[in-house]
Amino acid sequence: MRIKRETLLSVALVTPSIIAIAIFVYGFIGWTARVSLSKWKGLLPDYTWVGLDNFKGLFQDPRFHIDIRNTLIFTVIFVIGSLIIGLGLAILLDQNIKGEGFFRSLYLFPMAISFIVTGVVWRWLMNPATGSRMSGLNLLFDTLGLDFMISRWHTTPYWGIAFIALPAIWQMSGYTMALYLGGLRGIPVELREAAQVDGANEVQIYRFIILPLLRPITLSAMIILGHISLKVFDLIIAVAGKQLPLDVPAIYMWQVTFDGYFFGRGAAIGILLLLSVAVLIVPYLVYTLRTEAEV
Amino acid sequence: MRARSRSNKWFIYIPLILAAFFYLIPMYVMLVTGFKGFEEVSLKTMWDLPKGIRFDNFIAAYKALAPFLWNSFNMVFPAAIISSILGSLNGYVLAKWKFKGSEIIFPAILFGMFIPYQSILIPLVEFMRDINLYGGLPGLVLAHVIYGIPITTLTFRNYYATIPKELIEASRIDGCGLLSSYWHILLPISAPAFVVVIIWQFTSAWNDFLFAVVLTSPSNWPVTVALNNLAGSQIIAWNVQMAGSFLAALPTLLVYIFLGRYFLRGLMAGALKG
Repeated sequence: MRIKRETLLSVALVTPSIIAIAIFVYGFIGWTARVSLSKWKGLLPDYTWVGLDNFKGLFQDPRFHIDIRNTLIFTVIFVIGSLIIGLGLAILLDQNIKGEGFFRSLYLFPMAISFIVTGVVWRWLMNPATGSRMSGLNLLFDTLGLDFMISRWHTTPYWGIAFIALPAIWQMSGYTMALYLGGLRGIPVELREAAQVDGANEVQIYRFIILPLLRPITLSAMIILGHISLKVFDLIIAVAGKQLPLDVPAIYMWQVTFDGYFFGRGAAIGILLLLSVAVLIVPYLVYTLRTEAEV
Repeated sequence: MRARSRSNKWFIYIPLILAAFFYLIPMYVMLVTGFKGFEEVSLKTMWDLPKGIRFDNFIAAYKALAPFLWNSFNMVFPAAIISSILGSLNGYVLAKWKFKGSEIIFPAILFGMFIPYQSILIPLVEFMRDINLYGGLPGLVLAHVIYGIPITTLTFRNYYATIPKELIEASRIDGCGLLSSYWHILLPISAPAFVVVIIWQFTSAWNDFLFAVVLTSPSNWPVTVALNNLAGSQIIAWNVQMAGSFLAALPTLLVYIFLGRYFLRGLMAGALKG
């Protein structure tokens, strides 16, 4: 009898959260899906069924083509850049050096800052003005005689979005470093020692033993970074405002919904974003929880 | 227990120090610009150190941002505390009082942490309008509390999972029920998890832009939205923007500097959060 009462009580304790998540996550996703299949354009809700018209319209829209292209370029550069820098720094920090804690905290501090602050500062660092109005990093490169590095940054035609990945890497590569460092620390010293006894040099140890063991970390990092880049929004707003060449789905969604009142299309973008994130996250969640259960 | 020597490693420091410069550049520019006097400020001398310490820029930035900084503070504390309490209760039940279906409920809650908020934004705004919380800070707090539940639940569940079952069983023999075990046994040793979670929620709510920009009206803007607006305006000089950025980053930076160890632990909570 007591057991039963306590089971009820335990369910009661989590019920408020379950209801909240059921409504605010799953209910709202369903609601958005319904809006995405409706005609709603204007201030007043209009749930007239239009099937997949909003999705069709989106895929025929040149602006959305730019969004997909920009997201792909941004994702590739941001993820690869963060992984390389993160892994490189983690390996260097793992060499049993003095001041490791200091460097580690230094590389990680951008994580504590908002994308808005990062974006506002990088907006001035990546100032594309030339001649007497030159400033930011261009001015620094000019002073140091590194003229070849002077760039139009995010105003570069076609590839502008690639430069937005730079502040994003600045912000997230330290986090990637911390993930890899955690992984390196988890590798038993005996493995390295055994390889050394077998005559492997340092490079071979990394190439054949350590890097393969870090593969699960790379996978998690790619998923975490990849889902951040699909959602990238405030960073671009803070660096460049809303500009078509730097447009991404999240900005389009915001503008078409809250400035343009085309709720049907905004909802369709939201659903497409959700589907692309779910493709990454659901297998990852299932995998993580299953391995956890086995341990 | 690594016996590898520390000598002959100087070449490792070259890339480490170069990387340190890379991470410090934005900080450097914010600070040297912030401490310059108005007459000293020029894009041409952006990289030069200030001639003295002046607070003109910070005062101007504070004047422009003060109400919004307070909005952020007023929003962030309730958001962090309420979602931590909910997370603690959920974590307790999901770690120690598993019931039929709880192994499905946990991942179902976790999924909420990864969804792109664009997929719930329209209903969220409509819902807040319906319950009359649109435009103000309470609505924003509510959004942060609810969408914070997944990460706080995850952290507490992982923390409570490390606490031996015997402790709870012993308390049951002593006559404790579900609630009194929580109150007398788990809560007193939950401080580390609370610190991690509150810091994490504080940081993410303080740094949020998306919820704030769609849910609050201009007088209730938190500092991220106000700063973005300031940066987009032609009237506010870039030096004041730099000082303003520093003010907006300061609370979370201080948290990081003084409580960084816990912040890291929050980050590493299963490395599940992005």
